[in-house]
Amino acid sequence: MSRIGRMARRGFLIGSAAIGGGVVFGYWRYRQPLPNPLLDGLAEGEAALTPFVKIGAEGVTLITPRAEMGQGATSVQAYLLAEELDVDPLKVRLDPGQPSPAYYNSAVLAEGLPFAATDTGWLAEQARALTDVPARLLGMQITGGSSTVPDMFDRLRHAGAVARETLKEAAAQETGIARDRLGTDDGAVVLPDGKRLPYTALAPRAATLEPVTEVSLRPESAWRYIGKRVQRTDIVAKSTGTERYGIDLALDGMLFASVRANPGLGGGVNGYDASAAEAMRGVQKVVPITSGVGVIADNTWRAFQAVNAIEIDWAAPAYPASSGEMREALKAAMTAGNRDSRFKDEGDVENALFEGEAIEAEYRVPYLAHAPLEPMNATVLVTDTRADIWTGTQIPRFVQKHAARLTGLGEKQVHVHVLPMGGSFGRRLEDVHVMQAVELAMAVKGRPVKMTWTREEDMTHDFPRPAQIARARGTVRNGKVEALDLSVVSQSVTASWMGRMMVAPPGPDITIVAGAWDQPFAIPHYRVTGYRAPEMVPVSSWRSVGASGNGFFHDCFLDELIHAAGADPLAERLRLCSDPLSRKVLEAVAEMSGWSGPRISETRARGVAFCLSFGVPMAEVVEVSRTPGGIRVDKVYAACELGRIVDPDNFEAQVSGGIIFGLGHAMNCELTYAGHAPEQVNFDSYQGMRLSQAPEIEVRGLENGERIRGIGEPGVPPAAPALANAIFALTGQRIRELPLNRHVSFA
Amino acid sequence: MRLTVNGVAHELDVEEDMPLLWVLRDELGITGPKYGCGIAQCGACTVHVDGEAVRSCQVAAGDVWGAVTTIEGLGRPDALHAVQAAWVEHQVAQCGYCQSGQIMQAAALLAENPSPSDAEIDEAMSGNLCRCGTYPRIRAAVKTAAAALREG
Repeated sequence: MSRIGRMARRGFLIGSAAIGGGVVFGYWRYRQPLPNPLLDGLAEGEAALTPFVKIGAEGVTLITPRAEMGQGATSVQAYLLAEELDVDPLKVRLDPGQPSPAYYNSAVLAEGLPFAATDTGWLAEQARALTDVPARLLGMQITGGSSTVPDMFDRLRHAGAVARETLKEAAAQETGIARDRLGTDDGAVVLPDGKRLPYTALAPRAATLEPVTEVSLRPESAWRYIGKRVQRTDIVAKSTGTERYGIDLALDGMLFASVRANPGLGGGVNGYDASAAEAMRGVQKVVPITSGVGVIADNTWRAFQAVNAIEIDWAAPAYPASSGEMREALKAAMTAGNRDSRFKDEGDVENALFEGEAIEAEYRVPYLAHAPLEPMNATVLVTDTRADIWTGTQIPRFVQKHAARLTGLGEKQVHVHVLPMGGSFGRRLEDVHVMQAVELAMAVKGRPVKMTWTREEDMTHDFPRPAQIARARGTVRNGKVEALDLSVVSQSVTASWMGRMMVAPPGPDITIVAGAWDQPFAIPHYRVTGYRAPEMVPVSSWRSVGASGNGFFHDCFLDELIHAAGADPLAERLRLCSDPLSRKVLEAVAEMSGWSGPRISETRARGVAFCLSFGVPMAEVVEVSRTPGGIRVDKVYAACELGRIVDPDNFEAQVSGGIIFGLGHAMNCELTYAGHAPEQVNFDSYQGMRLSQAPEIEVRGLENGERIRGIGEPGVPPAAPALANAIFALTGQRIRELPLNRHVSFA
Repeated sequence: MRLTVNGVAHELDVEEDMPLLWVLRDELGITGPKYGCGIAQCGACTVHVDGEAVRSCQVAAGDVWGAVTTIEGLGRPDALHAVQAAWVEHQVAQCGYCQSGQIMQAAALLAENPSPSDAEIDEAMSGNLCRCGTYPRIRAAVKTAAAALREG
């Protein structure tokens, strides 16, 4: 079948959405310039030269619409704007802006396409370009998918240049000196004689001009910030307790609230008795909400106490109640009728397995919570004419739409003030908690209400990373890997999330097989099949999404085959690797770790793993040792390719943080279910990694590729398999199930 | 009830069993100490009472035995404590939510033990959870701060 035919058969999200958009809106609408949201409500003398730059008498404000959750998005956006605008990001005001279609994310949908990142053929590139259409038409302002830098690298520099040239044009008109004779420096236009005209003084005139849009971006040789170590714009605030997260917000007349919702997600309330709670000190009101009950009080702790005192009779949700039942449902779903995708199908797998001696294995990963350290919270003020919402969120436009529907207000009457997040890892791609706060605020119109979840509520009501099961088969011949056939069954993250966002569900869900089907290996007989399990407990995107489980399945089973072939784990991965950029990554990690085989000594060993996710090939070598207290993870080497490193310091932080996130959950974490709810509801039973277990980490970034990539997630997927492969090298025990501490003890 | 926080005395009318954390945050508006778990498992709420690092979510307001110092009392953006300066130099924070507690824990450690070994750093800091995984930089920053404090 032709590639075009295969694409049509796949019926993937973007093509169909783009066609839908074309029918409804017409291509002309896609071509219309998006309105600049800053032009609404400008003060006298203020200029909004692009949707990203506002200048008034009090100073320069840079709009950084991708949300800050720890990944450094605010800082990198500010530096990209400043690279062309010539302002000091540490001295100007930074504002995430109000949600607007102008801030749509043109890069995030490309990850959902059934084209491997290494596929740069015509069809793949056309499809990627097409994702801009639905993203723009839907006004999808999303922070996620490691997309901030790929989406914003050119766009923000362009915005900075437009603002700069418009300010220079204003100065040219004021002084009569031609624009091309003017320079800019640290927030001022500089005249040929050295005289400085501050941007703030030029703003009133600049506001009357058509922005100068014919601009060229500065060459790499002129960059002051990109590629250099810079100070994160939020680092001082975050080192002094002065960063204001959503949970820290204080408003005049503000009330404090908490809720208790059905521990079975989506289940209802048969009835409740709040008489004890209503009599408690500080309690102002008990409010029934969707799927639960809330308490509005004068202090968060009092609200927590009162919520705990409500007796509630829950109605059970529809999904299986226990981990055992969920696992059986998963296993039962691996049938032809549930086949969701087969994006990889090379050679003749069935014949190779028939002719060779097949090696077979079953792998499993558990449900996992995001558990960012700042629990879910939102502050909401509702009146008859508007609603204001203050919260940390990755989806401000969805929050706006959902709150408009709930309150009956128009979308323009809903103002979303995005605050820095105390972690997210995908958690704040959801807004159920925000809508709970809206429901509470509607019960006390005119008073702002800050709703905070207890940690237990947060863990109970997480939408977890789905559990997955993989069946793997393969053969080896003459010391080489010959065939690899991987089948993965999982609930669909995309369908679950899109259902909550009220967006039409797509065709096959690429996340079921992401991190497995798209790996750059030339295995002669090679097949990856995805099976979609029925929806059970609602699930969502967890840092690195599908690749978080599939990276473990794919690489560990490849390691099994390589061992069976008697080959060296690194040499055989290199031999099989068909992508030049990925080969360099494997070579780099071999050199960094001094690779000389998996055994280092009687008590020390190492494992290597590779996963390409979000367009980033990432290889990691984990060194472990046997100690009296258990297995210790001593050191991790990581090498990756991302085209261009914008901020080297934050790059290192994101990769090493991703490795610790990946290792900690692989070693220590799972959610098990009983009575429809997770049994791990606080950090006593779900710890991630603590400092005493943290290895030394060495990271190297390569810049050989042409395309710039994001780095928030790709460090995660290779960590678990690299560790499992190292444990195999140390002990001979092949662990095919996470968390690893079900089978070994860690020091 | 009388409570001294960052050198300022406060007269309060709160329940004896309200955790110090919530007195600080919701009654006094001091939000540097964070709520993360409520059961002394994450350390985000760490403050000093008479110089000792404690989990303020587990100290009842009625049991506070001395002067309370929060991160706001340790240093300010324009007058950083040596531990905070080291945290800025190493750019430790990612989301930053745990770092108030990490810094207060590290400051208490170094006040008691100016030259902690690697094992002592690991032991003192392992009660403070960081979900972003900033641990390698925390270790490095503690050492930098220790050196700076020893040199005075």
